[in-house]
Order: sequence, then structure tokens, then C-alpha cells
Amino acid sequence: MAERHIDELSGTETTGHEWDGLRELNTPLPRWWLWIFYVTIVWSILYWIAYPAWPMVSSYTKGMFAYSAREEGLKAFEAGKAARAEVGGALQNASLDQIQSTPALLEFAQGQGKASFGDNCAPCHGLGATGGPGYPNLNDDDWMWGGTLDDIYTTLQYGIRSGHDDARDSGITGMTAFGADGILETDQIASVVNYVRSLSGLETDSGLDLAAGQTLFIDNCSACHGEDGKGMLELGAPNLTDGIWLYGSSPAAMIETVTNGRKGVMPAWSGRLDDVTVKSLAVYVHNLGGGK
Amino acid sequence: MRVDTGDSGSGGGSSQEKSLWAKANNIYPQSISGTFRNIKWALMVVTLGVYYFLPFVRWDRGPNAPDQAVLIDFPSRRFYFFFIEIWPQEVYYLTGLLIIAAMTLFLMNAVAGRIWCGYLCWQTVWTDLFYAVENWVEGSRRDRLMKEKQGWTFRRVREKAVKHFIWLLIAWWTGGAWVLYFSDAPTLVKDLATFQAPFVAYLWIGILTFTTYIFAGFGREQVCIYMCPWPRIQASLTDEWALNIEYRTDRGEPRGSLKKMKELAAKGEPSGDCIDCGQCIAVCPTGTDIRNGVQLSCIQCGLCIDACDAVMKKIGKPTGLIAYDTDININRRRQGLHDIYKLVRPRTLIYVAIILAVSGFMVFTFSTRSMSGMNVLHDRNPLYVQLSEGGVRNGFTVRMLNKHTEPGEFVLSVEGIDGLKIEAIGVEGTENGNPVVSVDRDTTREVRVLVFSPKGLQLGQSTPITFRLVSKADGETTTVNDYFKAP
Repeated sequence: MAERHIDELSGTETTGHEWDGLRELNTPLPRWWLWIFYVTIVWSILYWIAYPAWPMVSSYTKGMFAYSAREEGLKAFEAGKAARAEVGGALQNASLDQIQSTPALLEFAQGQGKASFGDNCAPCHGLGATGGPGYPNLNDDDWMWGGTLDDIYTTLQYGIRSGHDDARDSGITGMTAFGADGILETDQIASVVNYVRSLSGLETDSGLDLAAGQTLFIDNCSACHGEDGKGMLELGAPNLTDGIWLYGSSPAAMIETVTNGRKGVMPAWSGRLDDVTVKSLAVYVHNLGGGK
Repeated sequence: MRVDTGDSGSGGGSSQEKSLWAKANNIYPQSISGTFRNIKWALMVVTLGVYYFLPFVRWDRGPNAPDQAVLIDFPSRRFYFFFIEIWPQEVYYLTGLLIIAAMTLFLMNAVAGRIWCGYLCWQTVWTDLFYAVENWVEGSRRDRLMKEKQGWTFRRVREKAVKHFIWLLIAWWTGGAWVLYFSDAPTLVKDLATFQAPFVAYLWIGILTFTTYIFAGFGREQVCIYMCPWPRIQASLTDEWALNIEYRTDRGEPRGSLKKMKELAAKGEPSGDCIDCGQCIAVCPTGTDIRNGVQLSCIQCGLCIDACDAVMKKIGKPTGLIAYDTDININRRRQGLHDIYKLVRPRTLIYVAIILAVSGFMVFTFSTRSMSGMNVLHDRNPLYVQLSEGGVRNGFTVRMLNKHTEPGEFVLSVEGIDGLKIEAIGVEGTENGNPVVSVDRDTTREVRVLVFSPKGLQLGQSTPITFRLVSKADGETTTVNDYFKAP
């Protein structure tokens, strides 16, 4: 060890370590580099003192500044809430039309509406609001209870057959179960369904008499759906002449509808969500593209 | 006088004890005048002049844009460089610039070694400036060595204090100039002076003052030898044809005192021109002995050439014992052959070709880049909406860019299927049924766009369509291809 050994080829001193005749050249680092290394050690100790560092049995060393990333996160969360409250207040006081025509409010309402839609509406209507059998597609332009901003807002607030006093169809009559209640016979139902299919250009059964179906329709259905079958918004009776079918357009699905009726339910949101959120949802749904 | 260059790294303690740590030896470079010194002074004035004063250069961009020629505007995410304005999504121009910078560095290296290290690197330039201050305050190399030996006297303390004060002043100004690139310089200078500037400005001035003071005042050649990766990288990029500052061994060896050389010459024995005066080492800012050949610690600043030439003139020998040369030529002269230089080599050609290609591409893309633009994103959920009357609707999110310094109006239209109707939510104005979107100056606007197919038209699942955005101000057109989805 004590012997100095100079490598012949490079003329560099070796460290003295030898393994099977191999030696390691000694190319020393500058001493200040070593001092920087010591400084980093001191720094790390200061860091332990200043910040949370060591896990203990039931807690951890808190550090001088008692820093907590969680607390910082919560603070940022509260700050975000406070920032939202400002625009939220403006939404509270603005009418739906004002929101729609003010870009700053619109942007905020759209953002908030999208988030709340995902939390509250998507389970039934789908994240893209495309709905499914029994749950209407909110993107299209077919609205059983009206598609203006105010109509959508009212539906959102009180729901449909929700039990709320101001709900759409608060008497919960829904569509009459013509078959189950014994109003129409099975063959009459087939006949009226065949007629209804003809209204929107769906395939009809040529073996059935359309005129007889029309008579049945005028006698039984026109009170709600209108003599021309275009429906009535006030009653939530859908337009039967268009291409949108909430419960499906197959003959079987339509026979099922006439036989047992339909009583689709949407909950009231006014008690569950604050007014600003409901307004935002109305604006968001309206702007999905189908709003009137 | 010779100085231990310290590169053997034997460290402290007895000579028998080996150390794994090298002591950094103080270096007292002697000031010198000559061609290369003048080149270095000139380059120092140019580089530092650009660095310190560029933020104050004004460039008129119209009423609504900053008038600072070079400005990195983080809050509004713009980079201004004279007539160029870069948006964040155009940061690939920076990539091109970096490629050009790297290739230029490689090319310099292939042509004449470490030009960057010796003349242009900030470590070199600032260290050079700090040495100049040291020489001015504490006296020449001889004085400084003498004062070192004498120990601490009042005069030495005073000189050291003055030197460090000037160093800190330069370092502070260096940090100060840095932050001026990120905000309007005259305003920031005023704010800094009145303590109104943001904390981050003072923080960065502090950081850069510290690093400049440490690196140029104390780090010096240690930065080049131990911290910088470039000496290692350049060594693997260079080749035997690259010019380097070399001690011409064919002419210099065997070296010895002038007297001894004269005796040898008188006897008809070989005698070199090198009189072993050590001037080349004395002037070297990294304490390197160039006579050991091209080496890592040599930054190739050319000062040893000036020193050696001065000596050669004094003893009546031709200059150029140390000069830009190649090992190939040194060996050829030994064999009595003439010098050859090869500037045109595959590597120099390739570097030049890459530089030309990248800068050509950048100039082309830059000159043809548009002042407006559009991004289109098709709704993913739902892909399409069937409407009650039998038509189909597709939703898109369209973001429009207006890089002009004035607000602009843009007509958005769609084509690809006859009878397509387009509607932009929240946009009132239309022209021939197409929405006219106003976008504020120097910003973007996102609108939701609905496209309707005519009712009764049978469409495939996916039909190509094209969005067209026409600027009403100058007719500039942007088109984006997308698809119209149907059941």
C-alpha cells in the first residue's frame, strides 16, 4: 500500500489497489468537490430540521416550519372555491339569457355545468348526454317538455314525476296503459301502432287497415298527442311524427308502450344542488346543441 | 519561473502518501499583449456588449405589442426577437436554433479546435474580465506572487477588498442584465431601483450574481477542467486534421536555455528554438504547459502564442513556435515534407450541410407561416346526433388563432358534403350563412361549432369534410380536414 506505483503506459499514479494484476489509475478529484459533498450532507441535515422527514411510530417529525403538502392543497382548494364564488355570485344574479349572451359567464357556466353533469346526470343520461332507452338523448332537438333555456331549467329544478309539487306531470299520470287497463284490445293496439308507425315513415304492416288505426288513434291518443300526432309540450306528450323514439321504434317496443304505458321519472334537483349549479346545468344542456 | 500546474494531483502531505484529492493550485496569469490578446479583447467587448445592452434595444411592433427587440414574455407566453414573434406552440423554432448552434459548435471544433472555449465561452469571457480586474487592482503576476509571499499587509487587504467589490459589481450587473430579457427593460430598471420590482427579479439577480462571482472569481479553470462536459465531448468529435494551438516540437526540441542551445548549435548538435523560459505557462489562464501537447486543460485561447512570439522576437528567431497547426504537419516537417491542410473533409461538409438544411427549412417555414390558424376537435361523445327531422348533427370544438396586432374577423365555413350547414354557438354575425367569428388581437378563441347534414341525405359512417377559415382582413386561409360521422 505504501509504495507509490506509476502506471507505465500513462505515467499516472495508481491507487495501489490490485486485482489479478489490474490496477486502478488515480485521477484525483479536486478537493473543493469533496467540500461540496460535505456541504450537501449539512444541507440535508438542515432539511430534516426544517421540513417533515422521519417516520416515527405513530407520527413523523414535523419540521420547524410544520409544512404539510396536504394543508397546502386544501388551502389551494379553498382559494379556488373563493375564486369561483365571485363568478358564482354573478351567475346567481344573472338571468339565463344574460348568462347565454355574456361570454365570461357562459364560459364559467359551461365549465361548471360540464363538471356537475358528470357527477349528477351522467349515470342516467350518459357522460356524452346521449341517453339510452327510457333516458332521453339531450343532444338532439326533440324535447318532450320543451327545449328552451327556461324549460330545461324548470325540468332540472323540479324534475318529472319526481313527487315535487312543481314537477312536470306532478299528478303522475304518465302515459295511459291502454292494454293493461283494458281500454284497447290486443288487435286494436296492433292496429293503432301500425298507424303511428306510418306517421314517421316507419315500415308498416300491409295486412292491417291504416284507416281503422287512424280512427282508434283519434279516439284514444289525440287528446294528448294531437290529431296530427305532433304531441303536446304542456303534457309531455312526444311528437310521434319525428325520427326520435325514447323507448325504441321497433313494433314490439311500441306495442309494449301502448299496452303498459310509460311513466319516465327525472328527479328534482333544486333541493340537492344549489341554484348556481342548476343554472349552469341548464345552460350546459341547452348548449349541447339541441336547445331551442 | 515555472509554476506547478497541479495536474499531476499529488495533493498535500508527504510525497510517499498518495491522495485521492487534488489541491487546486492558485494561478497567477501574466498579462500579455499581442494579436490573440487583441482578438480576445475585441470579442469580449462584442459579447459582453451584446449581453449587457441588448435588452435596451427597441423595436417597433405597432401600438399593442411590446417594443423591446429581444423579450421573453412568460406571462403572455410570447418570445420576441426583432421581427420574429414566437408563440408557445412554435417552440420547434427553438429546436432548429439549438441544432444550428450545436452544429456551428461542432464545425468550429472541426476547423480549429476549441474556438468556443478559448474566445467565446461565458466562463472564458467573464474569467478573462475578472483576471483583468485582478491585474489592474493587485498588480502584475510578479507583484501578486510577491504579495502572496509577504502575507497579509494592510495594503493587500485593501486591494483584495477593492478587487472583490469590483467583481461583485460586475457579477451584480450580469445578474441584472439577465432579468431584463424577461420584462420591459427600462421599466424594470426603474422598478428595481425603486424596490418596486417583483421578488423573483431580485431573486434571479441574486442567483446570477452569486454564480458569476463564484465561477469567474473562484471557479475559473476548475470549471473548465472538472465541471464542463464540452472538453470531453469535443475531444471525441475532433480529428487529426483540425487545427489546434500546438507547440511545434519539430522546431522547439530539444529545448534548453539560450546559452546551452547556442553551445549545442556551435558543436553542430541538434538544438531547438524553445529556450524553456516558461512564458507560455506564465500567461496561461489555466496553468497549462502547451508543450505537453493538446490536452484537456488547454482551452486554446492563443495567449501562449502571443507570449512565445514576443520571446522569439527578442531572441531574434522567427515567430510561430507555438501556433495553430496539426500533429500531421509537425510530423511531415520532421520528414522534410511540406505542410498540408484539409479544410474540406466529410465532417466539415456534413456540418455545413446540416446547418444550411436546418436554417433553410427554418427560413422557409418562417416565411410561409400564417398569421392566423385553427385547430379542430371532433366531439368524441357523442360522435353524431340524430335529429328529429331526419338530419344528422356533428359537434366540433374549434380554436382560432389571431397573431395580428389588431382584432380580426374570420369567416368559418365547411365543405365536403352538399348542403352542410354550420353554426357557431355564441357567434351572432354570419356571412352567406357562415359564422363570422371575431378574435381579439394576439390571442385565440375557442367556439363550439355544430355542423348539420341536410335531412334525408344518406351518409356513410364517416365522410371527409374540410373546415375553412378566411381572415376578412387579408384573406389568409387556413384549412383543416376532419370527418362527418353518421349512423
